[in-house]
Amino acid sequence: MAAVMTTREIAIEAGGVRAQPRSDTGEIPGVMIPGRKARSPLGDAIRTLRRKPWAMFGLVVLLSWLVVGLMAPVLPIQDPDYQDLSQKLRSPSSAHPLGTDDLGRDMVSRIVWGARVSVPAGILVIALTGIVGCLLGAVAGYVGGAVDTVVMRSADAILSFPSIILAIAITAVRGGPGLSNALLAVAIVLWPEYARLMRGQVLAIRSSEYVAAAESMGADRKRILFRHILPSTDAPIIVKSTLDVGAAIVLTAGLSFIGLGAVPPTAEWGAMIKQGADKGLQFWWYAAAPGLAIMSVVMALNFLGDGLRDALDPRRRGG
Amino acid sequence: MGFWAFIARRMLLALFVLVIVSIATFSLAHAVPGDPIEAVLGDRQADNPEVRAALERRWGLDKPLPLQYVYYVGNLLQGDWGESISNRTPVAQALRDRVPATIELSMFALIFAVVLGVPLGIIAALNQDRWPDHVCRFITLLGTSIPVFWLGLLLLYVFFYQLKWLPGPGRLDVGMKPPPTITGMVTIDALVQGDWEVLRAALRRLILPAIVLGSFSMGIVARMLRSSLLASMGDDYVRTARAKGLGEQSVVASHALRNALIPTVTVLGLTTAGLLAGAVLTETIFSWPGIGSFAVSAALKRDYPALLGVTLIVAVIYVLVNLLVDVIYGLLDPRIRST
Repeated sequence: MAAVMTTREIAIEAGGVRAQPRSDTGEIPGVMIPGRKARSPLGDAIRTLRRKPWAMFGLVVLLSWLVVGLMAPVLPIQDPDYQDLSQKLRSPSSAHPLGTDDLGRDMVSRIVWGARVSVPAGILVIALTGIVGCLLGAVAGYVGGAVDTVVMRSADAILSFPSIILAIAITAVRGGPGLSNALLAVAIVLWPEYARLMRGQVLAIRSSEYVAAAESMGADRKRILFRHILPSTDAPIIVKSTLDVGAAIVLTAGLSFIGLGAVPPTAEWGAMIKQGADKGLQFWWYAAAPGLAIMSVVMALNFLGDGLRDALDPRRRGG
Repeated sequence: MGFWAFIARRMLLALFVLVIVSIATFSLAHAVPGDPIEAVLGDRQADNPEVRAALERRWGLDKPLPLQYVYYVGNLLQGDWGESISNRTPVAQALRDRVPATIELSMFALIFAVVLGVPLGIIAALNQDRWPDHVCRFITLLGTSIPVFWLGLLLLYVFFYQLKWLPGPGRLDVGMKPPPTITGMVTIDALVQGDWEVLRAALRRLILPAIVLGSFSMGIVARMLRSSLLASMGDDYVRTARAKGLGEQSVVASHALRNALIPTVTVLGLTTAGLLAGAVLTETIFSWPGIGSFAVSAALKRDYPALLGVTLIVAVIYVLVNLLVDVIYGLLDPRIRST
């Protein structure tokens, strides 16, 4: 039994009832107010997050990119593949605020359509990678034995390579360039970290009293794993996956940049930077816009991830 | 457990990882489709069964996979890393030529990361939640958020194209002869042989790629040092040091910082992997003749022997660096040795 209980444990002990009211509400600590909804740990976390201006800023930037990408077809912008060779490689102007590329395509339109590719791809690949990695890690940690050895040694092998080298090798042997090959490579490279994180969490929680209680009541292993252990492991995974979406976007863009990711004419930010770099430094706007776009998304995710880390960690909450 | 037993155990572990790594690279390259012979000969020649069979025999592609692996490891140990399919030169030779360039670049990147990251971390921690902290944190956040390849283009645009302060891509000025090879690292070779002109040119050409490659590690080092310094400033021994009447400078430098450096060294070691990964993109932008750009060209040409070689050498360097970090960690903190 831990010597010091965290806010979250106190909340659980108190049956979800508001156990530690904040001083700014003027309520008397420990007094339940009839008719008031019980306060959940998730609610607490969201409330803490809302008081972090940088985290909220990150969330707004991220959501803006998603909305802009989603609405790309209805926005009053050019077709991203519409070529006007008389307008090629024009620097930013009122007609083309971010300039045009070497085929005379409007950069604003390509950035917006690129948001449709890069951002959801990053989120999706981390969602899938996270789920697969967490499940493997959870099963390895809970079942132990040979399953544990096989899963964790495979994870070790993959973690013995710098991610992009392995991703390059995977993309190359998958038959060369292509966004789906690049995303698959990113997924293969990133799952072991989730497996490791989850396995550690499961091992720690497995020995707690409420799991022993469930076991003694005859609950089967699947139920214990999914109903009792997994729900307690969310916080570090959520923080990690938020930060990793940024890493996945950069890695995918990096693969496109070296020519192993998205292929023309796909409007993908990394591929656009590569095309801009190939044209030469005098056409700075060509690579600048997609680079700024990637950076804004990654910074937004970093802000959000840091905020979530504070919000989900009861020791840091309110700090 | 004694220090040497600790090192021996770590070395055995590293060896075990290397075996897994070699199996992984080998099966990776062979388990999936993609015809290297077609990549070299083109469609028409590859359709000729005699030419195809001759090449398959020559490269051992007609043997069963486990046997190919045994041959491969046997050859590796004898220094025969196969022959590049694309230009028929020995892979080992190409790697020998290129590894020093990457190590040199990574070394300077690491120096940049430490020289900038450590002061930033300390300043941020000592001024927690005041403006110097915010500035430092913003710089470190930039370092970890900017895509390496984009930062490279940005710096080239500003310092090479616009201001003309620093040279562009490449390892040495055009027409400049590299010093006779001793280590393969141009700066060190030039220094040893007293070739100051080459040394100066090489150093100038290292500045931009080293900053680009080191920016991520810089951010990580500064962040880690800030948080571990903040944590150790609240520890009992720091309070004791203050209670003894020690000056603030001495409390920070010889008590708090010393302990805060332990996790920072670990993180620094771990980001060395990030350096090798970042080298792929940095070398591509700066036309740096290291193993990163070699990996990219091998992958684009589906040159399996070259790709296997470079993947393996990177993993070997990675494993060795981690071993070194473990040893330094063990030296810094005796408690680690017993775990």
